[in-house]
Amino acid sequence: MMKILSGLAVLGLLAAAGGAMAEEAHNAAEPTHFPIHKPAELDWSFAGPFGVYDKGQLQRGFKVYREVCSACHSMKLVPFRTLEGLGYSEAQVKAIAAAYTVTDGPNADGEMFERPGIPSDHFPSPFPNVEAAAAANNGAAPPDFSLLAKARGVERGFPTFIFDIFTQYAENGPDYIHALLTGYDEEPPAGMEIAEGTHYNPYFIAGKSLAMAKPISDGQVTYEDGSPETVDQYARDVAAFMMWAAEPHLEDRKKTGFRVMVFLLLFAAMVYLTKRKIWADVAH
Amino acid sequence: MSGGHSTYTPKSGLGRWIDARMPLPRLMYDSFVAYPVPRNLNYAYTFGGILSIMLVAQILTGVVLAMHYASDTSLAFNSVEKIMRDVNSGWLLRYLHSNGASFFFIAVYIHIMRGLYYGSYKAPRELLWILGCIIYLLMMATGFMGYVLPWGQMSFWGATVITGFFTAIPLVGEWIQQLLLGGFAVDNPTLNRFFALHYLLPFMIAGVVVLHVWALHVTGQTNPTGIEVKSKTDTVPFTPHATAKDAFAMVVFLAVFAYFVFYLPNYLGHPDNYTVADPLKTPAHIVPEWYYLPFYAILRAITFSIGPINSKLGGVLAMFGSIAVLFVVPWLDTSKVRSAVYRPWYKLFFWLFVANCIFLGWLGSRPAEGTYVAMAQVGTFYYFAFFLIIMPVLGLIETPRRLPNSITEAVLERNKGHGGVAITSGASAAPASKG
Repeated sequence: MMKILSGLAVLGLLAAAGGAMAEEAHNAAEPTHFPIHKPAELDWSFAGPFGVYDKGQLQRGFKVYREVCSACHSMKLVPFRTLEGLGYSEAQVKAIAAAYTVTDGPNADGEMFERPGIPSDHFPSPFPNVEAAAAANNGAAPPDFSLLAKARGVERGFPTFIFDIFTQYAENGPDYIHALLTGYDEEPPAGMEIAEGTHYNPYFIAGKSLAMAKPISDGQVTYEDGSPETVDQYARDVAAFMMWAAEPHLEDRKKTGFRVMVFLLLFAAMVYLTKRKIWADVAH
Repeated sequence: MSGGHSTYTPKSGLGRWIDARMPLPRLMYDSFVAYPVPRNLNYAYTFGGILSIMLVAQILTGVVLAMHYASDTSLAFNSVEKIMRDVNSGWLLRYLHSNGASFFFIAVYIHIMRGLYYGSYKAPRELLWILGCIIYLLMMATGFMGYVLPWGQMSFWGATVITGFFTAIPLVGEWIQQLLLGGFAVDNPTLNRFFALHYLLPFMIAGVVVLHVWALHVTGQTNPTGIEVKSKTDTVPFTPHATAKDAFAMVVFLAVFAYFVFYLPNYLGHPDNYTVADPLKTPAHIVPEWYYLPFYAILRAITFSIGPINSKLGGVLAMFGSIAVLFVVPWLDTSKVRSAVYRPWYKLFFWLFVANCIFLGWLGSRPAEGTYVAMAQVGTFYYFAFFLIIMPVLGLIETPRRLPNSITEAVLERNKGHGGVAITSGASAAPASKG
């Protein structure tokens, strides 16, 4: 069986290598494949088998979201109550929720009414509907943040995607978000046409420019913990926060995973020894 | 080989009472305890057991997921997210189920390749093979419909593309497509019927699995030598020997599965499926799940018309043909020798076939343009040539290596090299006393 599997792997690699070279060939001049630059791989506290969220970073990222991103981007699937995952106490979560105004109703008179948010409410959206969001933003509705860190990922290409299995690389989303937010400062190459109302960003996944202008600048959000108030740091923090929003049970998953893996490997060893004993006196 | 007598003797009074009325325990005993299996089975033969475990796991996780899922286009996406966020261990159930589908297919592909390598489809196991092909076909339908349920972008556009194939069929094509969709485009009726069928088909698979196992127990298993069992020394009782070996393989397989579920749960999926379906926004590249990619490459390789068959119909015919050809493999292979172990040329072409399938899978994930199309055409040609030219012709002209006279002889020969144990001991060891 080992022979079969290793043979299979070798042949697969050979076949794919041939194809990968062919891809290189027609990928030169005017960009036809996006993004133009691949995002850099950053170190994330939540990467790897023992990854955990850095709660300080999540709180900073949440601050960036609240003060900057939330003007345009909704986060509909996230209820306030889950903010305890960022390290806030129950009272703090209540206070955060109460700072938002949500529409409720109808009441006994059939009227909709406004009230302060409570922990079971979800984040209210900045626009009443997708059409309004698009109309206010040059025709492109700003995507919802709830799942964005899992809904974006730059293709890794061969053979990187095979190595990713062994390095457990699963941070495509945060890497992409960070690259996009820090990618606005490059000038488009001479001769490249950028459609009006769009902004050049070589890290954008679906074209050479996008409708969103550079959203954040150095010093725009004040950090109380002494972290650098730079675009790079803002981008890291908000990307980590978005990963949390998209995958709130990540820590739970990795912790459970470790226990399951230890159990399965020990169990495999025991079953293997049993099997060996059973077959010991049978030539096969 | 179930030719022999049943050796089941109920020990208790209740056992005898049941045995006289409905001998289910006897059936179980004869099928999974005393059942003789060739002594030389390697780990490639453990995937049947692994597949049955995966089927049960998929049904169990699926039933619970269905309790929380809402098959309505306005609710489906958010109901899946509710499972991921609010249902107790919902994230685990869903990741088990979505990755479980992938690992189900990994196991079935190894199982099918095992069959092709060792010639398991040859007489008298043609029906066994065909039942397996039916299971595979049902699995593909189930997997496809399951992928539509989360109602993400790839769900919607994958469903649009795949149901669109049917319009290529002359006369009845559009009628079939509308029947599948429940309308003129993928919409709420489509989602509802796909959910109903996605829940139904696994039980149909379970039914065909019973027939598959029944057929297996009539003819008995093949083995790496491809020589039929001739004497008692050729076999060992299923329990404990095969049970223990299967159990070990299963645990190892589950460990790899768990690695993906807990550490790379979205590796095998597409990021676009975390964006809710939008009928007005076509994704840049529509790709199906990885396990359909070779067939997707074959579909798109046909870019030319052949007589009255235009490229669209040609692609659909090639794609369905690539699965249909599996059904007639028992009659395409003309070789008198069953196992590739003794067929040096077949072995070579077989491994090329495996490499070609992986190559086609990779091409299926590329856009259908430029050199990719030409490469897919070469791959498609080899895929069909393997079955329609190489299999029939090679069987007639290839000189096979010398075959051993029996499984026992083959085992003895192999063990001579590394000081193996004498053959007389194990085979006739008491069947159940060891368990």
